[in-house]
Order: sequence, then C-alpha cells, then structure tokens
Amino acid sequence: MTKSSSIKTWVRRLLNPEALRYLAADDPEGDRSFAEGAAQVMDKQLDRRQALKAIAGAGAAGAALVQAACAPLGGRSEEAQHRWEEFFKKNYRLMTETERAETVTRLTKLAADDRGGAPHIQTTPAQPGVLFGYAFNISKCKGYQDCVKACIHENNLDRGENMQYIRIFEIENGQQSLASANGSYYHEVPADGHYYLGTQCFHCENPPCVDVCPVGATWKEEDGIVVVDYDWCIGCRYCQAACPYFGRRFNWSAPQVPPESVNREQHYLGNRPRKKGVMEKCTFCIQRTRQGKLPACVEACPTGARVFGNLLDPNSEIRYVLANKKVFRLKEELGTEPKFWYFTD
Amino acid sequence: MSPTHLFQFFGDAFLSATRGRLAYHVWMGGLTFLMLLGAYAYSVQLQEGLIVTGMNDHISWGMYISNFTFLVGLAAAAVMLVLPTYILDDVDFGGAVLIGEGVAVAALVMCLAFVTVDLGGPHRVWHMIPKLGYFNWPRSMLTWDVLVLNGYLALNVMVPFYLLYSRYHGVKPDKRKYVPFVVLSVFWAVGIHLVTAFLYAGLPARPFWHNALLGPRFLASAFAAGPAFILMLLGVIDRFTDYGIRVVIFDKLALIITVAAQINLVMLGSELFVEFYQPTEHAESAVYLFFGLNGHDALVPWIRSAVALNLGATLCLSIHPLRRRRGILLAASTLLFLAVWIEKGMGLVVPGFVPGPLGDVVDYHPSWVEIWVTVGIWAMGFFILSGLVKVAIAIETGRMKAKGGDQEVPTESL
Repeated sequence: MTKSSSIKTWVRRLLNPEALRYLAADDPEGDRSFAEGAAQVMDKQLDRRQALKAIAGAGAAGAALVQAACAPLGGRSEEAQHRWEEFFKKNYRLMTETERAETVTRLTKLAADDRGGAPHIQTTPAQPGVLFGYAFNISKCKGYQDCVKACIHENNLDRGENMQYIRIFEIENGQQSLASANGSYYHEVPADGHYYLGTQCFHCENPPCVDVCPVGATWKEEDGIVVVDYDWCIGCRYCQAACPYFGRRFNWSAPQVPPESVNREQHYLGNRPRKKGVMEKCTFCIQRTRQGKLPACVEACPTGARVFGNLLDPNSEIRYVLANKKVFRLKEELGTEPKFWYFTD
Repeated sequence: MSPTHLFQFFGDAFLSATRGRLAYHVWMGGLTFLMLLGAYAYSVQLQEGLIVTGMNDHISWGMYISNFTFLVGLAAAAVMLVLPTYILDDVDFGGAVLIGEGVAVAALVMCLAFVTVDLGGPHRVWHMIPKLGYFNWPRSMLTWDVLVLNGYLALNVMVPFYLLYSRYHGVKPDKRKYVPFVVLSVFWAVGIHLVTAFLYAGLPARPFWHNALLGPRFLASAFAAGPAFILMLLGVIDRFTDYGIRVVIFDKLALIITVAAQINLVMLGSELFVEFYQPTEHAESAVYLFFGLNGHDALVPWIRSAVALNLGATLCLSIHPLRRRRGILLAASTLLFLAVWIEKGMGLVVPGFVPGPLGDVVDYHPSWVEIWVTVGIWAMGFFILSGLVKVAIAIETGRMKAKGGDQEVPTESL
C-alpha cells in the first residue's frame, strides 16, 4: 500500500461512513463531491472546477482529524463533526437535493441532542401555480392579539427578548397615520373610539431587503414568500435598515424557547430554531402553508379579520376580497408591491 | 525586490517602529492598554451577542456604523494631498503626502474593524467570498463597499510602500510604475465615499438618508475633516520630531479645509431649508435630530454642538489673519474634525432610524461595551498610524536606509 492511499483509507474511515454510502447508493446522478472531497485532495487529481468542492471535503477531513485528536479528551465526536459540517455548508439556494437532505439530517440530530426530542424539518419547495397573498380586515379586528400569541408559539419565537413578528396598532378613529397609533397597548380591548390594524412582513414583490443583502441570505421564493437562510446570514442588519415596514427581527442574544413548548413541525426556511446574531421574519408560516394549511395567525384570529390564500386561484377568498372590497396597502409610493392588503367591510 | 531585501526592509521597519523616546513608548503602551480593554469588551459582546450594545430592532445601527461612515471620509481625504502632489506636480506636499496615505491606511483598517464588530456572525464572513460563498454583487451596495474599501486599502499600501522602499535603497522611484496607481486611487477615493453614501441613500425606507445630496455632502465634509486631521497630525510631527513640515504645506492644507468646510456649510443650509421650510412627514428625522420628537431628544445637544463647532471653526478658518496663526489653525481644525465626527457619525446614522418605518420613536444610548470597543478600535488606528508615520519619517529623513549604499539595488530590480 502506498503512503498516499493509506492516508486516504485512514481519512475515509474517519469520515462518516454512513454519509458516504448514502451518497453513493441513493443518488448516482447527484453531487458526490462532498464525500469525494477528501479522496480528491489525497489523489491530487483536481481540476479547477472541482477544487473548491474539494476544499469543503478537506474541511470535513480536517474536522475528522481534529475530532480524532480530541477523542481522548472525551469530546462528542459525532456532534463535533456535525457542527463542523454545518459551519461549512452552502447557501440553501445553492444546495443540491442531496446536500439539503444531509443538512436536515444533521440539524435533526443536533436538535435532538439539544432539546430532548427530534424535530421534523421539511424542505418542501414552493408548489407550482401558487402565489401567496394576505388581506387584513380593519373593520373586524378588535385587537385581541390571539394572532400574536399563536405566531410566537408556531414559529418558536424568542421568549427571552419577547420577539413578535406581528404588531397590532390601536388607532384613534379619524386618524390614519401609524405614527399617531399605539403599537404597544396593555388594556382591555376593543377600546372605545379606536380601530385596530396589524402589520407583519408584507412579502413584497419587490423586496428591498433582498436587494441589499451582501451574501444573498434572504430571497423571495417562487410562491412569493420572502425567506431567510438562518445559517447563511452574517448579521449585518442591512435588510433591517432597508425594510420600510419594520418586518424584520434580529437575534440580539441567543433565542430562548422552553423545550416543552418547541414546535417540532418545522421548515428549513421557516420556524426551525434560530441562533444568536442572525435575522428572522414572518414566513407566512411556510411550514404550514406549503402543506395547504392556513398560517397560525389566520387560524387563531377569533374575529375572522385575516384572509390568506393563493392569488393565482380565481376562486380563492383572497381573490374575492381583492375583487369586491376597497383595499389599500401601506406605503404604495415606495413601489415595493406588498402582497398584504387592508380592507374594510 | 528580492526576498532578502524585503526581509531586511521589514526588519529595519520593525526596529524603527519599536524604538523611540520614552514618550513614544508611553504613547504606544497607552494605546495597547486601550486596545486590550476594547478586546475584552468585544469578547463580552461575542459571548452575549449584540444585546450588550445599545442597539435594538428599531435602531439597528449605532456607534460602530457611525464611526465606520466617518472614517471612510477620513480615508478618502488623502486624495486632497495625493492629487496635487502626484498629478498636478505641485511638489509642495511632497513631505506630507506619505503621512496622508498613512492616515488613509489606518482609517481603512479601522473601517473594516468597525464593520466586523457590528456583525452578528463575524465567523461567517467567509460567506461573502465569491465562489466559496455568495457575493451579492452588483445588487447589494454593501458588496460594492467591500470591494472599494479593500481596493483603496491595497492602493494606499502599495504606492507608499513602493516610494518608501525606493527611498530606503536610495533609488529614484520610477514614475511609470506608480503614477497609474495614483491616478486610479484619486478616482477610487471619490468612489469609496460615494459608495458609502449610496449605502444609505439607496434606502427609500429611510427618508432621512434617501436624498441625492447625501453623497456630495459626504465628500465635502470628508474633504474638510480629513485634511483637518492630517493638519493636526502634521502639527504634532512638526512639533515633536526632527521632520520639519514647511509652512507652505500648512497654508495650502488650511485653504483646502476652509473651502471644503464652506461648501459643507452651504449644503447643510440647503438641507435644513428643505427639511424645515415646509416640514413633511419625511422631515421628522430632522426634527428629532435638531429639536427632539415626543420628548425624545438624546441627539439634540450633540447636533447643536456640532453645528456650533462647525460654524465657529469655519468662521475662524475663513478669516485670513486668524487662519495664518498656527495655534488658531490647529484649534479650528480640531473643532472641525469633532464637528464632522458628530454630524456624520451619530448625527447621520441614528436619526435615519427615528422615527421608525411604523412611527416608533426610540432613543439610542450606546452601552459601555460599545464605547469601549469603539475606543479600542480608535486606539488600534492610532497605533497603526503611529507605527507607519514613524517608519515613513525614518526613511524620509534618511535615518533608515539599506546597508551598503545605493549601488547595490539598481532601479530595474524594484
């Protein structure tokens, strides 16, 4: 056995053998460079196109070496390797189906370690012929904030900093400007002489937040949902400055969700746990809506003020509202084309 | 430029930068202490997250980005010395221009440091490397800024290095080798500051920033505050080293500062007129800045002092007999520098967020962690600047030169 091939065997043994088998057997057409990266490095049969992928593979090999070195110290080697691979994974949009499956596997295992129960993380893509839209009935909303509560639970929002995607503004009759509204009221509702208006991410057709992101960590999906890749975001908060609707939230500290109240039905681009230093936002409950369910806020609303549906389906309720009600949107002059309308009965 | 020669050069440069009078060691020691404090504060921030700063979802950029914005201007200001010296063949600035470029290098390093400490995930910055990650160029103005800042840093390291290295070996620098880069750096300097202004001006969500005057005003204030800083530095060098700065350099710099400060004031007046003649909803940020809004007035004393300093300093500089007196010139430059630091730092960044897009009015108070990290980065900037200036002076005065005389390294080998 030559020296290089013995090193190769050694590295291969250290790499997760399961991942190798999975890649080779289940996806012959797929991107195998991840598993072959180490082999490529050792064989030095690199062309320029493969070089970068090989570096990723070499990273994994490096992780294997580190964990092997640390093994006598009692390090949890599998977890360490998962974390290493998670750190060096790609932007979600650039991942192959196989890579997506791999990261979901890793995230599931890591989350199971952390929180005592494995989540189910979907990667359900946008469904063809679907463009989501939302309408809010100002006449019906009474400011109960059941939507806010449902959203916090559904989307695993940080309880430590009391993060909320939805804001309900209490506005005096005769007023229209949000500047004169009360965005944080703590009294019995509905208050006399007031009406209520809710905001959240409006999932603009021309989202300024997407344009400004330096690393492409946020984008608009085919079904119109603006999402964030939590593992790709570098936390510069440029998108937060660019959003005209206060639709984005930052994790100023490590988010806290009590393990017993974690919603384990998750989507990669939706309500899976976030970490310190990344952006997040309303995803129209992507983990629910791509399965044909309604967003949690719509389902929770006791007055029926919230309407959600497929803008491309002429028989949908949202299309009925747009066709038959007087609707308006916030800050239309900015040209962002929000897919979130307000209307009155 | 063989490796041995380079090694020798850097060795000598290191010795030159680490040797000096007691005062120099005390100065550098003090800066090191402040850097260590800053590093400790930053370690706290890394551990806990940006929650330890005064920023929040409403005011999501604070002191770090304010200082970053101001320092881009300081870096760009070197062009006001570079342009006359290298391109207009005005030899007057000969001695000062290397100092100006040293200021640019230090300012750019500080810029990059301020952006880095502002990130929520600094360890994920590699996501920005093209191919390896995803570089959202040309859509995102931030990617433009990354390109122009690093490019400008490279230019401002390369040209002075070539000139000093030539002088070190007693060789006349070859104009064909460095003037093209100098010409490039002149356009690049304007570029870095315009791009940084576009970072803000490109956001319709923030009416306070979304105006076409922002870029030109950035340039005017930078060309006032930057040369003002260089003038202060030259004053210190003239006073405390044997590297004499000729009077004519002070005079010319003072003139540049004065004109830029006057243009800056004209633009300020224009801005105030538009905001306050018929105040619209879009003027509320300016109202918050200058008068306070709904009882929130954290920035009012700052911006008013900035305007007062700005007016006072510009007035002093505009009166010839006053400007010609060294003491008054240095004092006015210092005040102008402070005024622009307030106005273009916190006075520009924070009001952009107040009131928020949905009308929220929240005050911003930087936390101690933020302040110490900021102090640490400024100390780092001064540390780098001191070292660079010390080496540059040692070479320019001929104290630091290659052993063995001039014949050893002919021009061709450079």
